Amino acid sequence: MKIETVAPQLATIAEEPYYQAIGDETALFEAAYARRLPLLLKGPTGCGKTRFVEYMAWRLKRPLVTVACHDDLTTADLVGRYLIVGNQTTWVDGPLTAAVRAGAICYLDEIVEARKDTIVVIHPLADARRMLAVDKRGEMVMAPASFMLVVSYNPGYQSVLKEIKPSTRQRFVAVDFDYPEAAVEAGIVATEGKVDVDTARRLVKLGELTRNLKGAGLDEGASTRLLVHAAQLIGAGIAPHAACTAAVARALSDDPDMNGTLDDLVRAVF
Amino acid sequence: MTQRRLFGDELGQRLDEVLFASHSHRSATRIAEGLEDLNRDQQERVLHWANVAAGTYAEIGYQIATLAPQAFAVLDDAGFDAWALAGLDAFDRQGGRAAMELLRDLDGFRATRAGALPVAKFSEVETRLARFIQGLSGRPLSLSADPDAGATAWTDSETIHLPARLASLPHSEANRGLYKVLAVILWAQTRYGTFGSALIDLHAALAPWLDTVDYPRALRWLSALEAVRLEARIAAELPGLAAEIAALRGPWPIVLDPMVVRLSSLDATLADTLAVLSGCMAGSEDAPLLPHQVRIDPAAALRVRAARIAHDKQVLSRAINALKGSGGRPGPRDETMAPLAADGAAVEFSLGDEALALPPEARAAAQSLLQDLGEVPPECLVPAGPGAWQPTERSDGGEGVAGQREPDRRYDEWDYRRKAYRKDWCHLYEADVAPGDADYVAEVKRRHAGLIRQIRRRFEMLRGEDRMLGRQAEGEELDLDAAVDAIADCNSGMETSERLFRRRTRNERSLAAMFMVDMSGSTKGWVNDAERESLVMLCEALESLGDAYAIYGFSGWTRTRSDIYRIKRFDEAYGTMVQARIAAVAAKDYTRMGVATRHLTQLLLRQPARHRLLVTLSDGRPDDYGDEYRGHYGIEDTRRALQEARQKGVRSYCITIDRQGADYLAHMYGASHYSVLHDVKKLPLKIADIYRRLVS
Repeated sequence: MKIETVAPQLATIAEEPYYQAIGDETALFEAAYARRLPLLLKGPTGCGKTRFVEYMAWRLKRPLVTVACHDDLTTADLVGRYLIVGNQTTWVDGPLTAAVRAGAICYLDEIVEARKDTIVVIHPLADARRMLAVDKRGEMVMAPASFMLVVSYNPGYQSVLKEIKPSTRQRFVAVDFDYPEAAVEAGIVATEGKVDVDTARRLVKLGELTRNLKGAGLDEGASTRLLVHAAQLIGAGIAPHAACTAAVARALSDDPDMNGTLDDLVRAVF
Repeated sequence: MTQRRLFGDELGQRLDEVLFASHSHRSATRIAEGLEDLNRDQQERVLHWANVAAGTYAEIGYQIATLAPQAFAVLDDAGFDAWALAGLDAFDRQGGRAAMELLRDLDGFRATRAGALPVAKFSEVETRLARFIQGLSGRPLSLSADPDAGATAWTDSETIHLPARLASLPHSEANRGLYKVLAVILWAQTRYGTFGSALIDLHAALAPWLDTVDYPRALRWLSALEAVRLEARIAAELPGLAAEIAALRGPWPIVLDPMVVRLSSLDATLADTLAVLSGCMAGSEDAPLLPHQVRIDPAAALRVRAARIAHDKQVLSRAINALKGSGGRPGPRDETMAPLAADGAAVEFSLGDEALALPPEARAAAQSLLQDLGEVPPECLVPAGPGAWQPTERSDGGEGVAGQREPDRRYDEWDYRRKAYRKDWCHLYEADVAPGDADYVAEVKRRHAGLIRQIRRRFEMLRGEDRMLGRQAEGEELDLDAAVDAIADCNSGMETSERLFRRRTRNERSLAAMFMVDMSGSTKGWVNDAERESLVMLCEALESLGDAYAIYGFSGWTRTRSDIYRIKRFDEAYGTMVQARIAAVAAKDYTRMGVATRHLTQLLLRQPARHRLLVTLSDGRPDDYGDEYRGHYGIEDTRRALQEARQKGVRSYCITIDRQGADYLAHMYGASHYSVLHDVKKLPLKIADIYRRLVS
């Protein structure tokens, strides 16, 4: 029985992703990268965590491997597994192993969604050892200097099940993300959504109004991403009311009362 | 068969039974005469509702019976039911006077019911409007209804008072719009400084007219002029909303035209309004009446505002004081912090070059001050003397006992006679059981060591384990047996199976159990002992099973004090604290079961589990102080609460130590969802059976 190793090809990001720095997060990322420290990004959904990682991968000219975590994610999904190809057993690296071998940036998005027993596999990677145990092959993969582990999560979830264990979180350098202040956010919405500044400002105002309702019927206010979606719809010729209703109001809530309030807010702005 | 009508004397007799059972100084004869002309169905209907209403308040029953002939002249049967029910509802919410008024206003009721009157009611728009105002932000504002007819909307800068009904526009939809516009204008008054700022003193500005006959006229002018100024401010930030207001008001009255340009400028402040106001008051004209007229009550608003400013200043100074003292930044006493970005949208503070993060309370206080004064007063930015910031040092809020504090929740209660809910009827308070003897549990465990061992064994067998499933089409790893077979098959030229993987499945039972323990006075003595021992064994069992579970006790005294005692929350471990609380489970007052069921169902629904189970440990039927809840009413309410729970996917089960209980238990819980116990040792064993039934 011949065993072959197949590693997925990893490519670097060719074009600069649009990213508007808010604070010193770029410098922090670079410092952590230089010192080989893993990074934890905290922040509400749609505030730019994923885009930031893409941007940094481009800036550092490293390939980026993104894994969206979910509660069925197993260790094998991350590390790799044997597959039968024809008459042979073939080992296929999982995304994490591939990233370690290639010295890429591995980004585990929404890490709290993953099962607790799966997360433990990243522990040796996230401390001074910087290695990944591939048990099924009896192999230890040492991470090269260019490898970096980045994870993200949204601390806004209220569920007790969605908490990150101290033994995991204390391995990371943590960076807080939040929605940018109005002027900056308007710039982002205008650039990303390709709309004029006035429309972008109104969308950001709408975002602010919905964020005031956090905890009063909404779990989260409208994210920058939702505002960009609305802007893109407006740019594509949809009337602002309809675009905001579809991209913001209905995306935030199913509750008829709440939808009524959100419609009122949309109408207040446009 | 249609039954014959009742005659006057028969009616009189039955009305006497219903209405004047206690004090018969009034005669039913006159009412009975009025009812004689109704048909038998209608007569019975009147008697039914008079009876139901008299159970709540005799006067309402009397009123219903008296007005019945007129009511039937304008309403059909369903309308009559709705009318009587609306009267009872009004009594529950606002008391006897409101109920009488509603019942007497038959035409109004009929018109509203037929949708003919363009009325918008505050209760219809309240939720949506409250959220809308919160969305607009600034300081939190509450909404309140003013029951007086013809009331004008106004605000004291913390509460927006709106009329209970609006009917000034031709459609109810338009009137609902008017509610929104009124609330927005009042919100804007608090947001854009109608009540003054650090530079402008509204009280002083109005002083020339104070205590003169011209004062009301001055306030009317102030209100109209501010409406112009505020609309321009709203338009700058919320153009859609401003367009809505403009559409509702139509063109400005001609007298206002000369002022509109000045007041609509974006840098116009209250000072401009006051300058224009002097000019207007110099003339003799009265202010024009606007469609969205609001009232300004400077005295009330300034009083509330002054108290708030004092409080906010204190909170902010304390917070800044604590910050300066901490983090190795002692800082000289005279060092002040500079507010950054003080545009009213967000406040940030810096010390030297560093931005400071204030606690949320302090941030809100700073924002509130900014809104009231247009600036954060400099005296708040220096330390306020010794003492650290304590978020708990707020003056409001008594603690612990019910009665001094607002209820944690209010719940509706089912009235079977009305076949309707009484809204927000029960006031619920939640508190921890004060811990008792910490050794009690250990002692029980010692005494029942054999039984507990047995329970543990039984439950460990039930526990879900991870299982590997072989020969799957996909999975985490290769199933070597399957692979070897497949290669052998392949080599011998046979078709190979594609099911070559092993997959781990978790036998997740995913069950959350809530135990609701009767702490009523009747459990005193051996029932209470039995309950506590059962709880110990229950915990032992559930610990070995690994399911999420919580234990709450319930008791209370009338609808205004339904108490829920926390013994173990879902996220709490079965540790010494919980054990000490179990020891302290004691007999308290009464058993209003419906509200307890509703509350614990709510808590249970927050648990992320596939199966949710509500288990009641009780010693008898629902009961509460006074005659009302005892008997049929309480049983029907509890039954209704359990039905609601079932609709939300919560299964309920009752374990009771009431040997006479079988009849009502079946009615409340359903045929096979209860057991009557004679022996405490059976309880944990019973639980095992319930679990097996749920997960199989």
